[in-house]
Amino acid sequence: MQKKLIVSMSPHIHTPRTVSGTMWNVVVALLPALAVALWTFGLPALTVTAVSIATCLLTEWAIDRLLFRRACTLSDGSAMVTALLLAFNLPSILPWWMVVIGGIVAIGIGKMSFGGLGCNIWNPALVGRVFLLISFPAAMTTWPEGVGSGMLPISGASADASSGATLLASLNSGQATAGSVDLMDLAVGQMNGSLGEVGSIAILLGLAYMLIMRIVSWHIPVAVLGSAALFSWALGGNPLLDLLAGGLMLGACFMATDYATSPMTRTGQIIYGVMIGVITIIIRRFGAYPEGVSFAILLMNSFTPLINRYCRPAIFGAAERRKTA
Amino acid sequence: MSIKTFRKGGIHPDADKLTADCMPERTPLADKLTIMLSQSIGAPSQPVVAAGAHVAAGELIAKAGGFVGSNIHSPCAGTVKKIEPARTPQGLWQNAIIIVPDAEQPEPQFAGRGDAEIQALTPADIIAIVAEAGIVGLGGATFPTHVKLSLPPGKKADTIILNGAECEPYLTCDDVLMRTRAREIIAGARLMKKATGAGRVIAGVEENKPEAIKAIREAAAGIPDVEVTVLKKKYPQGSEKQLIQACTGRVVPAGGLPVDAGAIVDNVATAYAVWEAVALGKPLYERIVTVTGPNLEGRGNYIVAVGTPLETIINDIGGLPDDTEKVVCGGPMMGKAASTLDSPSTKGLSGVLVLPESMAMRRKPDPCIRCARCVEVCPMGLEPYMLAQLGGHKRWADAATRGVANCLECGCCSYICPSSRPILDFIRLAKAESRKLKK
Amino acid sequence: MTIAYSILILGVIGIVAAILLYIAAKKFHVDENPKIAEVEELLPGANCGGCGYSGCHAFAAACAEATSMEGLNCVSLNAEGMKKIADLLGFTATAAQRKVAVLKCNSTCETRRAPNRYDGVSSCAIEASLYQGESECAYGCLGCGDCVTACPFGAMTLDKEGAFPVTDWDKCVGCGKCAEACPRGLIELAPLGEHPIVWVACANRDKGAQALKACDVSCIGCGKCIKACPEKAPSVTSFLAHIDYDKCTACGACVEACPRKSITESASCSPGPHTL
Repeated sequence: MQKKLIVSMSPHIHTPRTVSGTMWNVVVALLPALAVALWTFGLPALTVTAVSIATCLLTEWAIDRLLFRRACTLSDGSAMVTALLLAFNLPSILPWWMVVIGGIVAIGIGKMSFGGLGCNIWNPALVGRVFLLISFPAAMTTWPEGVGSGMLPISGASADASSGATLLASLNSGQATAGSVDLMDLAVGQMNGSLGEVGSIAILLGLAYMLIMRIVSWHIPVAVLGSAALFSWALGGNPLLDLLAGGLMLGACFMATDYATSPMTRTGQIIYGVMIGVITIIIRRFGAYPEGVSFAILLMNSFTPLINRYCRPAIFGAAERRKTA
Repeated sequence: MSIKTFRKGGIHPDADKLTADCMPERTPLADKLTIMLSQSIGAPSQPVVAAGAHVAAGELIAKAGGFVGSNIHSPCAGTVKKIEPARTPQGLWQNAIIIVPDAEQPEPQFAGRGDAEIQALTPADIIAIVAEAGIVGLGGATFPTHVKLSLPPGKKADTIILNGAECEPYLTCDDVLMRTRAREIIAGARLMKKATGAGRVIAGVEENKPEAIKAIREAAAGIPDVEVTVLKKKYPQGSEKQLIQACTGRVVPAGGLPVDAGAIVDNVATAYAVWEAVALGKPLYERIVTVTGPNLEGRGNYIVAVGTPLETIINDIGGLPDDTEKVVCGGPMMGKAASTLDSPSTKGLSGVLVLPESMAMRRKPDPCIRCARCVEVCPMGLEPYMLAQLGGHKRWADAATRGVANCLECGCCSYICPSSRPILDFIRLAKAESRKLKK
Repeated sequence: MTIAYSILILGVIGIVAAILLYIAAKKFHVDENPKIAEVEELLPGANCGGCGYSGCHAFAAACAEATSMEGLNCVSLNAEGMKKIADLLGFTATAAQRKVAVLKCNSTCETRRAPNRYDGVSSCAIEASLYQGESECAYGCLGCGDCVTACPFGAMTLDKEGAFPVTDWDKCVGCGKCAEACPRGLIELAPLGEHPIVWVACANRDKGAQALKACDVSCIGCGKCIKACPEKAPSVTSFLAHIDYDKCTACGACVEACPRKSITESASCSPGPHTL
């Protein structure tokens, strides 16, 4: 008796790429920024990250097992990515229980309430962050006094660092002027702010890794950063300062590029990216908040289905058909 | 020399051309040949022999069942045992002629044509010879070649495109044919050019076949109306519409035929068959089949008589490896998995791919993460993720408005999906169902 | 003062909106026969389409327009339910024949030969489009349960082995959704009446020799059932027997006579779970 052959639909070969492989690669891409965060903020950063990871993973596990009653989906790595991104969006001295709330909201409401991986409308980590920002505005905008008191001493910390405010907040309130800032400090992580947003070079390193591994394409990050710089310049600001300060770099590279919440076509992705950049600068210049990346991304997440609807790929030969018809 | 390609989409699977250096060898005749009466698209052929009749190699045993249909010839001298249903690799019963070959196989004799005689042939003569010889598209679609060469009234083609892309991984039958029979292929293509009144021949070959490119270039040297185009290694480079775009820059209108872009695409093996029919008078009853697989020891390119059971082909070269789980008729991207090895080879069989356990089962699907890779790779500019979703919800009409009919079923979307979702499965269903809606 | 302004402004907005809504409601009001809503109340609301209309609302509209209950029957309502509708409209209820789904495939994992394994989406439609299916028989049940998914009444389940559908005739109303969903056309609606249902549980139209190879319980079109039947209910077309339910009296002669055991008789005429 011959062995039973397997019959299945073509194609019979498959790319080695998997969802979990992709997600764990994103985690790897986040590591340089995490290292800078630990260097800048010291141990508290580690605590926030650890609490965020524990909460997010536990929330996802609990919802999978208790509510959905399905196999646990932690191994796909997406909860880990959300956990790290959430931690990256929090101040290092946030009370631990707030981190827990943020994690539960991010995974529970931001992701699992829509059905889990791939079904969410908004970036889960940003849902968590914005929830915390609106619920605990004071705690979410309290930054460590004198950054650099962590594990490693930092030379030449800028003057406003000891005041416990982010650069953008100081600029917004007139405490600092753009001229007094050393952009080099910003690039290597010598500024105050949320965990992950301080080391622009580390973030770009992560982006480079993702581009090389073909996890993301260049369209969204370039559109966000390019439009933000251009718009900032048009409004008479310092484009480089806008790119390096605050969460723009983190948002452009890791949050706006989230698969599930960004448009499907290249054209759509560019429109989406440009709008994120523009809205960010509008909020920074004219809004009450010193920082606007989270809101810009969440707003454009909401527009993604609409963009998908109107930015369809052109069907091969459709234009020629119209010509002949 | 620039390397050309089509514009949108495409994937780069590992080529795995394991048999590229295996020159074609003839396999021994099977004890029993099962010649399916459906060897091409169109109506099944009508048998012209009865059980018990003795036939010679190349003798007509069934004639075309209509204009879209093809003649079938006996691959050997032998006796017609009976005409009865046999299984296709998909397990469906179709009528077939069973021939038991004679022990003695005399060298087949055909009336060839000299150069002067070939020169004197009119386009109608060539088409008649091609129809008589039962030639069908050997790339796998098995569209009768004489129908393709008879242009619809009012249409004009100025270019014959010779398809030597062979973009399917594993397959090498066209590659070795180009290496060994380049001159004949070019001659066959020029005959088709004459038959259709086209002005030039463009031979498109993927860059990963340098030997074939060299052979074709040498064969085409000094012939002004033949160009050789090197194509980028990208799947589906050998798809008609994509190949036309790569070679000529023209775009076939959606829902249209290649001739709407003034081109006719023919496989190199088809061109060779045309040359054989015209110059040697030999009808199409055997072809080169790539028998390959990662663990198949006797893999190679074999000249196989139409009607040889798959099992015989595989047993002749040493049998299936123990870890075999799947046998694919054709290439890994578009080939169909065989449900039984009893079924015979046909004119359209370009390859037999034997896959081991590790490659046979599909991965368990994960949820769609909307990574947009399927949209990116779709050569037809469709949204596979959306079409698959609509198919899953039985929204055939919506799938139709999103252009599901344009799908080539090339499988790029299913291949690239990191979630291993069965995208093409649902698209094919939606395509079939939305076609029914129109009726 | 701020509070007063706020209340005032909100109040004004509220009143303006109310007026606009009122105007819109009047202007775009559609007159509908009130009976439609009343009939719809009595319908199950499953929109199964078994009545021949596109859904329960369309059926209710047809009822409201009708002059008698002729040709109007909601398959999922029992006689009592239909009587209520007839009473509401002032008609006399006509008794309709209740139908249930029967599966024209009798095979089990033991009787059919399965030369291959299918690996793919668990959908009969997709499997059928790909090839002949896991068994040797190109006509038989594929067992992926498209009918089970299609059933609006939860009457169908896959059996314990997950291979073949089982219908609960208590729940089956004979709407025919499953028959529509089956890519092989294996589901037939048979009248459930005085006597048990006798049907040919096979759809193999191949010649006897091939059908014989495909399955142990395939119909080979031998015609023994025709000879056995005193009522002349069975007939054979393209090597497949079929029983005319109108003529059948469920005497069981054909079931006895069938050498292939492909004719099936339901255990009783009473509704209840039946293996099809």
